[in-house]
Amino acid sequence: MTLDGTLFEHMVVSLYRFFTGYGLAVVVAIVLGLILGRSPRLWGVADPIVQVLRPVAPVAWTPFIVLWFGIGSMPAIVIIFIAAFFPVLLSTVSAVKKVDATYLKLAENLEVRQPALMYKVILPAAFPGIANGLHLAVGTAWIFLVAGEMVGAQSGLGYLIIDARNALDLDLVLAGIVFIGVLGLAIDKLIGLFETWVGKQWGFNR
Amino acid sequence: MTSLVDVQQMSKSFQSHQVLSEISLSIEKGEFVSILGESGCGKSTLLNVIGGFEAPTSGAVHLDEKPVERPSRRAIMLFQHYGLLPWRTVQKNVEFALEAEVPSKEERRARAEQYLELVGLASSASQFPSQLSGGMQQRVAIARALAIQPELILMDEPFAALDTFNRYHLQDELLRIQQQEETTIALVTHDIDEAVYLSDRIIIMDRNPGTIQKTINITLPRPRDRSHGDFQYFRKLIFDTFHFGRTEIDSDYHI
Repeated sequence: MTLDGTLFEHMVVSLYRFFTGYGLAVVVAIVLGLILGRSPRLWGVADPIVQVLRPVAPVAWTPFIVLWFGIGSMPAIVIIFIAAFFPVLLSTVSAVKKVDATYLKLAENLEVRQPALMYKVILPAAFPGIANGLHLAVGTAWIFLVAGEMVGAQSGLGYLIIDARNALDLDLVLAGIVFIGVLGLAIDKLIGLFETWVGKQWGFNR
Repeated sequence: MTSLVDVQQMSKSFQSHQVLSEISLSIEKGEFVSILGESGCGKSTLLNVIGGFEAPTSGAVHLDEKPVERPSRRAIMLFQHYGLLPWRTVQKNVEFALEAEVPSKEERRARAEQYLELVGLASSASQFPSQLSGGMQQRVAIARALAIQPELILMDEPFAALDTFNRYHLQDELLRIQQQEETTIALVTHDIDEAVYLSDRIIIMDRNPGTIQKTINITLPRPRDRSHGDFQYFRKLIFDTFHFGRTEIDSDYHI
């Protein structure tokens, strides 16, 4: 079948979109989560908004996404961004809220001020909780890869499946499904390795 | 005469519940003072107020003649559960205290090493806190506090989580370090032996609301012998204060 290199090309495109969307979501969500988690008042305002937006399937935004970002790679990236954003944001906020009060008291005593307080104390203390969110978000975001690539994309694994479906080429659809599944597994393991690595730097051991 | 710590007519309430009432005390430079009392007598709150973690409801607290308004590096608190950062090595935990104050990396490392040496943990510098025993972790916390060279160290039941042998060890260690560094220490404890063994002066607190019941100067020479008769004298003195010396108890009891 299409093991002449086209599958590989589609995979590269999909991975690029996935990691761009996911990476952006992680950075934005962690930064926002750190700020919101530290400020109960801000979170009081943001929480209802998040709870309204979160249950909406990212694909529902498609018309607006196409309107605002055009077609090509952008819709997929934006949809993956939305899918990954909320799990990371919520887990960061709750992890920051649960940071042991002793650490904060200690930092206060040692006169550690912002931004040092954030990256030296709160981020590492909240990291185990944040890592949970990262893991969760990988799965959700990967699911929406196919959906994202159904919107105006002319390449990628999602497009491959849609294209094959339109041609009633069901064995190709199935091949795409299996391939996406296997890649998802690989990415999950990769994130796991990243977590262990950070954990080792910070002495969490497992 | 100026004291290092000066607490004047200080009261503290949480909502309508009065925890501390009209506390006045002073601590001299180089002194080792214990605050002894049953749980719920407000002794930890008193320590928190001295350290600036809690604001008094009324009255005043001065450290070296300056009013205490917020926590500062001049009075360092040691916690019962050590307060070490688990994601930093022992060495980095001590350096953490110096990062705001000492810009040079080499100097920070040197100073951290010097104080880890002092508490006998130079060989564990690259380990993480989770790899150390409780006693060793508390030593790291002591090294971290000393590295700042604060005017006052506040200890909130620092040895309560340790077993007896470790506790005795660490008490000896603390006395040695305190004499060497001439640090002023205020210790909160509910362990009578600990208070008698370590302190120059014991402040005994009553509860509901927390007041100072009595101050006892421990005149025993150092090093002290936990089994010596004079030691027992002070123990008895304190036991009586808490009404544990039951000489006139009714000996008839029914099952």
